[in-house]
Amino acid sequence: MASTFFNNKARAAAAASSSSKPKVGEAKEDNVRQQPWVEKYRPKTLDDVAAQDHTTKVLQRTLQASNLPHMLFYGPPGTGKTSTILALAKSLFGPALYRSRILELNASDERGIGIVRDKVKNFARAQLSQPTGLDAAYRAQYPCPPFKIIILDEADSMTQDAQSALRRTMEQYSRITRFCLVCNYVTRIIEPLASRCSKFRFKSLDNSAAGSRLENIALAENLTLEDGVVPTLIKCGDGDLRRAITYLQSAARLVGATKADAKQANGYDDDEMTDAGSASGTITVRSIEEIAGVIPEDILDNLVQAMQPKGSGSAYDAVSKVVTGLVADGWSATQLVSQLYRRVVFTEAIPDIQKNRIVMAFSEMDKRLVDGADEHLSVLDLTLRIAGIMRSG
Amino acid sequence: MALLVDKLRPRTLDSLSYHPELSDRLRSLAQSGDFPHLLVYGPSGAGKKTRIIATLKELYGPGVEKIKIDARVFQTTSNRKLEFNIVSSVYHLEITPADVGNYDRVVIQELLKEVAQTQQVDLSAKQRFKVVVINEADHLTRDAQAALRRTMEKYSPNLRLILLANSTSNIIAPIRSRTLLVRVAAPSENDICSALRIAAKKEGWTEVDGLNKRIAKESGRNLRRALLMFESIYAQNEKVTEKTLIPPPDWEAVIQVTADDILADRSPARLLEVRTRLYDLLTHCIPPSTILKTLTFKLVARVDDALKPDVIKWSAFYEHRIKLGSKVIFHLEAFVAKFMRIYESYLMGMGIDL
Repeated sequence: MASTFFNNKARAAAAASSSSKPKVGEAKEDNVRQQPWVEKYRPKTLDDVAAQDHTTKVLQRTLQASNLPHMLFYGPPGTGKTSTILALAKSLFGPALYRSRILELNASDERGIGIVRDKVKNFARAQLSQPTGLDAAYRAQYPCPPFKIIILDEADSMTQDAQSALRRTMEQYSRITRFCLVCNYVTRIIEPLASRCSKFRFKSLDNSAAGSRLENIALAENLTLEDGVVPTLIKCGDGDLRRAITYLQSAARLVGATKADAKQANGYDDDEMTDAGSASGTITVRSIEEIAGVIPEDILDNLVQAMQPKGSGSAYDAVSKVVTGLVADGWSATQLVSQLYRRVVFTEAIPDIQKNRIVMAFSEMDKRLVDGADEHLSVLDLTLRIAGIMRSG
Repeated sequence: MALLVDKLRPRTLDSLSYHPELSDRLRSLAQSGDFPHLLVYGPSGAGKKTRIIATLKELYGPGVEKIKIDARVFQTTSNRKLEFNIVSSVYHLEITPADVGNYDRVVIQELLKEVAQTQQVDLSAKQRFKVVVINEADHLTRDAQAALRRTMEKYSPNLRLILLANSTSNIIAPIRSRTLLVRVAAPSENDICSALRIAAKKEGWTEVDGLNKRIAKESGRNLRRALLMFESIYAQNEKVTEKTLIPPPDWEAVIQVTADDILADRSPARLLEVRTRLYDLLTHCIPPSTILKTLTFKLVARVDDALKPDVIKWSAFYEHRIKLGSKVIFHLEAFVAKFMRIYESYLMGMGIDL
């Protein structure tokens, strides 16, 4: 109590003595600190985009030619689709023109047909504002081509109607406006739209590219990583760099929280701040797995062991014991199903004909879990079925 | 007189008796000033809520314990009025959006926006943001979760969310990736025993180790249930020994009788009797999933090993149907009929391939 009181007083004194300027800086610094790393480390230029060589090469060329087709980016989440188009837009227009030339619509916000008719059409129709007050240096750095770009993020969640409303708009104003659709599933984009765009497929990130990006971030944030953390992050992220970065940040928050705390306590004493960092822990493989909710291998081993066919009788008792433990420990059933799937399907010991039937059981269980069925019963059913299939041979 | 569960509920992170490393983590998060959105998941009775209240206290000090209950009225787009209860303190709000069923999206949008757009007025408050605790987050509809997603990003300076859920399966991936996942495992049987011992000491009751162990086993690693059982035993018996019977909850007793009946005789007449019992349970507000699950495990314990996987299979099948369908009794009855059928044919040696 006393300490906070003095602290407040000290803070008030500091605020009174200093002008308002440093305060603004402080707030800004605070914002940067709280910014998700995903945003903080978003690639600034096309060259920074990791591992999509083919796409970036094509786009670089169009950048030099200052002409752009309508574009359709598709690929799994976290592969850099949005990053690429944002980086491209930045290097085309630069900071001065960015606001007036780019319309970014996140389709999960507003995706109705009304928005397409009003907002998109109005923006597409508007004449180009002539850039004023730009010197030659700016023009040398940024090509500033004579068109606007409309970015429709998550376009696959737009309704069919909204998509068809885009068709004519795209053609009519193509002289002054380019569209860029970003989506996960290209099949959800109606054919007439897809045929108007040149398509770019974003492939899943390979491990080395994602790894080096993660290492860079760790370096920039002054994190100490245990051996094997980066591969674990990549594995848990499943090719999704965004997820991997989020995990990394969460882990850093957990182990680094003590560090930040020490810093705050010493707030005004610069001398003591230097040694605050040394006490902080390193990020371990286990902490990453815990954050990602990954079930430890030894628990899975137990489960697989229990499912193995034994001499006589069914495996019910052994399996039900392990499953009850799993459920009581709060492990997520979806996570369990996907990890078990990887375990069972890639085992050489199980003949293919059995795998066929096992995979069918997996498919049904996944559907049930999505429908919100009871986890305990579903997992028990799944494991017993697998055990039964393995036993029947 | 308050129940033991409420009276002895730990109020601070220090007084939590199990999962010390989790408490440490929560404490360092609360002190860091950079508090993320949390998604706390674990089975019921594991102490999720207790942990969160203690964390809030760590964040804001004792002010969070002064709570009041408001009834608010929301209006849906179709002009229907919704009554909704909010538990709040100066620093935090606690809501259970699943209460209003399909209209939870309206509540989430309006309430959270309102909270998020007002800044903390109290200058002496430790944090600039308010915390909204959302109970039963896994019962939120997809729409509500999608609405949450936008709100989380837009208003993060003024608002932190803590979602409480039994499992993460029903939480959409975008929310999972925006929150820090915190798993609260159920206490082990030893943890429960020590908790019971502490409770007995505080109440001045005699300690009976053997009984504690039995309670821990019976409770299925659910601390709340264990404490309730513990209290009822001491309330009902003058003298408590190792062999004192643990009275099961009455609904469980009914299910036990039902299971016995089903096993004793498999006939349409019996099915009719079972139906009245099931209706009885349903009208007493026992959740259908709980009925089915308890019944299944009671039945499984009594049938032959070879039949067990099949019983589980059909139980899981009808449980899924309960979730999808609208009339619960059909599926409960269908399960009973199915069980009678496979049990009967197993006894008659026809094989169980149905």
